[in-house]
Amino acid sequence: MSWFRKKVVPLSRVARRRQTPDGVWVKCASCAEILYRQELERSLWVCARCGAHFRIPAAEYLRILCDPESFEELFDGIRTVDPLKFRDGRGKYSEKVARAQGGQPSREAVVTGRARIEGIPIALGVMDFSFLGGSMGSVVGERVARVTALARRERCPLVIISSSGGARMHEGILSLMQMAKTCAELARLQDAGVPYISILADPTTGGVSASFATLGDVILAEPNALIGFAGPRVIRETIGQELPAGFQRAEFMLAHGFVDRVTPRGEMRAVLGTLLRYFTDSMARRVPHRRTDSGARAARNPFPAGDSSSPVLD
Amino acid sequence: MQDGWLDFEAPLVELERRIDDLRSLATSQDLQAERELEQLERKAVGLRRRIFSGLSSWQRVQLARHPRRPHTLDYIEHLFTDFVELQGDRAFGQDAALVAGLARFQGRPVAVVGHQKGRSTRENIARNFGMPHPEGYRKALRVMQLAERFGNPIIALVDTPGAYPGIGAEERGQAEAIARSVREMSRLRVPIIVFVTGEGGSGGALAIAVGDRVYMLAYAFYSVISPEGCASILWNTREKAVDAAEALKFTARDLEALGVVDGVLPEPEGGAHRDPRTMAATISETIAVSLAELDRLAPDVLVRQRQERFLAMGAYHEVDPA
Ligand SMILES: [Zn+2]
Repeated sequence: MSWFRKKVVPLSRVARRRQTPDGVWVKCASCAEILYRQELERSLWVCARCGAHFRIPAAEYLRILCDPESFEELFDGIRTVDPLKFRDGRGKYSEKVARAQGGQPSREAVVTGRARIEGIPIALGVMDFSFLGGSMGSVVGERVARVTALARRERCPLVIISSSGGARMHEGILSLMQMAKTCAELARLQDAGVPYISILADPTTGGVSASFATLGDVILAEPNALIGFAGPRVIRETIGQELPAGFQRAEFMLAHGFVDRVTPRGEMRAVLGTLLRYFTDSMARRVPHRRTDSGARAARNPFPAGDSSSPVLD
Repeated sequence: MQDGWLDFEAPLVELERRIDDLRSLATSQDLQAERELEQLERKAVGLRRRIFSGLSSWQRVQLARHPRRPHTLDYIEHLFTDFVELQGDRAFGQDAALVAGLARFQGRPVAVVGHQKGRSTRENIARNFGMPHPEGYRKALRVMQLAERFGNPIIALVDTPGAYPGIGAEERGQAEAIARSVREMSRLRVPIIVFVTGEGGSGGALAIAVGDRVYMLAYAFYSVISPEGCASILWNTREKAVDAAEALKFTARDLEALGVVDGVLPEPEGGAHRDPRTMAATISETIAVSLAELDRLAPDVLVRQRQERFLAMGAYHEVDPA
């Protein structure tokens, strides 16, 4: 039923169905080079001439990062509704969603599930900018929260690839509350001692950047990805002046201390593999008495030192 | 908008002026004038009630943004004693758009955080129109975590158009500051009571609004985006802010119906700015009742319930995966 459930359809074929440009030749939006489509796909949608990273759908990330056929989609039964009966200048939200779904009702701005990267089991969420600008409404918030809870229960690292314009206006305050929801689950994940790696793709702004995307224990960003709270247009209009070159780009965020590394798409899988091995090894080695640091944190520790029911000792 | 009247209150203005004139002239012996005064006052009450019972979302926005509306420091004066403002985030700077400090509520030590707007242009510039930079949120979190260390409850007063969208704010990690505050509030081991007193502007409001109890004043609004911002994106023009205000369903009653707030506090006739003391008294009572309820919960239970409250928010349909 689901789009790429379980090892049936090769991901590369699934990916081709949507959101990557059609046609044999593709023009790079950054340097205007005309690129051969097959070549682009092999280069992971990175322009061979200028290095621009194309925005790509969730399925492409699964193909690029995960072990072949390791992705098992979960929580795709959580479906979009229209709680406010929202209608704007262009029409109804419900119709907008139906168009974006394209006959695939499980489609939303995030795909979640289990996967493996270099053999290591992870809980994974991948956002999809092509679905209503990757905006976070109730479904995105719920799927992200569920996959975070899954990581905590199964004690496997959480990886989320963000790409979003922010909270979804059409679901009003409920979209804003998804920030609190995802952050609350992340607090629980952290308290349980399970790591979270956040990957920021172009763009990551608004309610997604102001919630789970910027809370990774490790934060990686794709080159030149736009990352920030407010969008550049809003800032330009507010301050009434032009923005400096490179403002809010991944390299800018690196320079200001908000991401750990700017990692090209082609290196992402290897970097993730190293980090995941580090964390899973750390979790396996962890001795209970080393778990606590400050007093406040100790008070929150659900598995106090010496508690033989601690899953670390199992 | 002379004397703080909003355009939809126009029918009231002339009536109120006549009442004022009569009151200043009439002596206690003048029975005729006294009777007339009484009549006019009754008429004014009826008219005001009619106007305020049918407010549109946009009219509520105007009330929530009213320059005379009580702001955080006004409420602090009425609600607490021994208020000591704490300043600075210990990392970059001091943000006057967000006030934080230690105080006593009915004698009991608490921490207070709240956005602070100005009244005059000059004040508003100093307060950045109540739009915090990251250092404001980091200061608020510092003070809230200080309260947690001593087991003291936290009172948060929300009134902001939003977190400031500027170059410095982005350079210093506005998104991270908000995200961290939201995450940390979700696990603070002390009671948190939130009041949206005016504008609840998006992430900049939520950053201090993750509470065990969240209340709204009757004419406050709390929204994922400002009506103007929404209109400019979805209607292609800010002129359609009135339509966006209706579509976003962000009034106190709407949010109560959506399960996002626990209650709507009635405002004095004509809005909180007409009688700040009465408004503060209502807030004070609500704090007392909520604290009595929350005091009964062990910290673990308190945190679990707060997290579950926010985990339960949202609207979706769930089918069995095929
Ligand atoms: Zn190029």
